[in-house]
Amino acid sequence: MKTLAELAEIREKMKGKVALREGSNETRIVVGMATCGIAAGARPVLGAFVEKVAQKGLGDRVTVTQTGCIGMCRLEPIAEVFEPGKERVTYVMVTPEMVDRILDEHLKGGKPVWEFTIGAQEKQGE
Amino acid sequence: MKDLSLHILDIAQNSIHAGAKLVEITIKESETRLTLTVRDDGCGMDAELLVQAQSPFGTTRTTRKVGLGLPLLRQAAEQADGAFSVESVPGAGTSVYASYDTGHIDALPLGDLAETVVTLLQGSPDLDFAFIHSWDTPTACEAALDTREMREMLGEIPLDTPEVLLWAKEALTEQYNLR
Repeated sequence: MKTLAELAEIREKMKGKVALREGSNETRIVVGMATCGIAAGARPVLGAFVEKVAQKGLGDRVTVTQTGCIGMCRLEPIAEVFEPGKERVTYVMVTPEMVDRILDEHLKGGKPVWEFTIGAQEKQGE
Repeated sequence: MKDLSLHILDIAQNSIHAGAKLVEITIKESETRLTLTVRDDGCGMDAELLVQAQSPFGTTRTTRKVGLGLPLLRQAAEQADGAFSVESVPGAGTSVYASYDTGHIDALPLGDLAETVVTLLQGSPDLDFAFIHSWDTPTACEAALDTREMREMLGEIPLDTPEVLLWAKEALTEQYNLR
């Protein structure tokens, strides 16, 4: 059984590490979690980002956050990547299966996954 | 919205937006009936906003003119012989109630409630959440998580620390597995 005492152990282990996460120069992945996003399947997408950022050792420079309606409900779930000094990249109709490639190719490799972006989506619609 | 857990995630966002410090999510299941209460101590709504909030054509969002969170929950409850209401006191908080017949063919499935709670913690680590889901059958039991108790043990460690989120997910999942 999980006990509250285990949280005290986590606290002990984390001592001194917390300050590191407060840096303002870090990369943010923002997932839209308004009614439109949730209904379109944003919760498992957010969950995949949170889990895999930690798994892939990106946790010290990438934070995953939630936001409200981004304004393009038909393209939800939407995830936006904000990197310091770079242009924002907007991924649309994101599924949990897409998260690995976004993290590996974009956040680690520095090259956005073009076919998942809003730019690719709009081109297709023309 | 496919299930109750997604509605709860959506409704709780209203509480977060209302500046709540504590959001209490209570689900009670008897043999045939499910009752959901989401209560917060946020800014509340006056009579006019309360009416607007329950209409699909009213919203506080700035990106478009419709807001479907509460109307969708109302529809989901009412289609399964249910009831829905919202009470609010400006400056004191808001309570949303929904109940429905769990045996009704259109009754919402529960969904992944543990994941909803973890998603709330991840998104609003500075708020407190008190989650209690109790049921009568097959035996009376409950799944519960209270961030105030967690914080006592965690001290300065934030709730959205990956290890803490994983603990919360496992703690709730374990309680649900006893069902």
